[in-house]
Amino acid sequence: MAKVFLYPTTSLILSDLVARFGHKPLSAALQVRERIQTAGLESPPLQITPEEPKKGLRWAAVEVPSGVRGRMSLYGPMIDEAEAAIIINNADYSFGCMGCARTNELIKYLVRKKDIPVLDLEYPRNEEEGVEFVAAIKRFLDTLEGGSP
Amino acid sequence: MTPSDLAIRAYEISQGVMIKETCFGLQVTGKEADVDRIVSSLRALDPSHIFVKDRGFPPGDPRRCRANLGGARPGYFGHEFEIGLIRNISKGLEALPGRPPGELPHPPTPSKKPGLDAARLKKIIESQES
Repeated sequence: MAKVFLYPTTSLILSDLVARFGHKPLSAALQVRERIQTAGLESPPLQITPEEPKKGLRWAAVEVPSGVRGRMSLYGPMIDEAEAAIIINNADYSFGCMGCARTNELIKYLVRKKDIPVLDLEYPRNEEEGVEFVAAIKRFLDTLEGGSP
Repeated sequence: MTPSDLAIRAYEISQGVMIKETCFGLQVTGKEADVDRIVSSLRALDPSHIFVKDRGFPPGDPRRCRANLGGARPGYFGHEFEIGLIRNISKGLEALPGRPPGELPHPPTPSKKPGLDAARLKKIIESQES
């Protein structure tokens, strides 16, 4: 079973397909859960503390805005952990403020810089593309460690 | 199979695991092994139309639940977008077993249109300056 980083990190489709085909999806929910369900009064309600931008320094330079570094403290550990990645390039809904936009660019850059297999896709617009989309993900996941031959 | 059918089936096999029917599906909260058991059992009812993902917030959490916040829940826009095209994924899942082994897939990929060439950009800048 390989750990597969997903982009968009909140994608229901990718998360489901990766788990369905026997691998572990690394999605944003895992990091969010770790913070909000950890008991503590340090920084309620979301337990995002001033420490997060400091942790983000591991993946982004100090000149990079704290919003990007804070976000990287969520996504960075998952990129480090990832053994493969699937990126959907036309996920327009992941567009947000400058912090989100620059974090998205940095995530894609770090994933591509890392020496792991990456599958680049776009969302299917019709059923024919859907068939090829699912087949491509299945084929990619089968080539990873622990995938079905 | 309707969402409430699924909820009833989930309640039947919940054995103490928290099941909540929400505005976008079911939320199953409990120990990992119990949740996996329920999810695989529910998925078997309609494998190509039931989709599952992890969630960070517990059910009814006032920080996320739209019953308290009003309007669309943060993160709902992503679901809304993906649910709009999920029928294509269902079709793909249904077609997968009938696909000849070894057939190369041709998925939609990002276009390889080249970006603006640096030399061309320089010419544009120079033409604006002159």
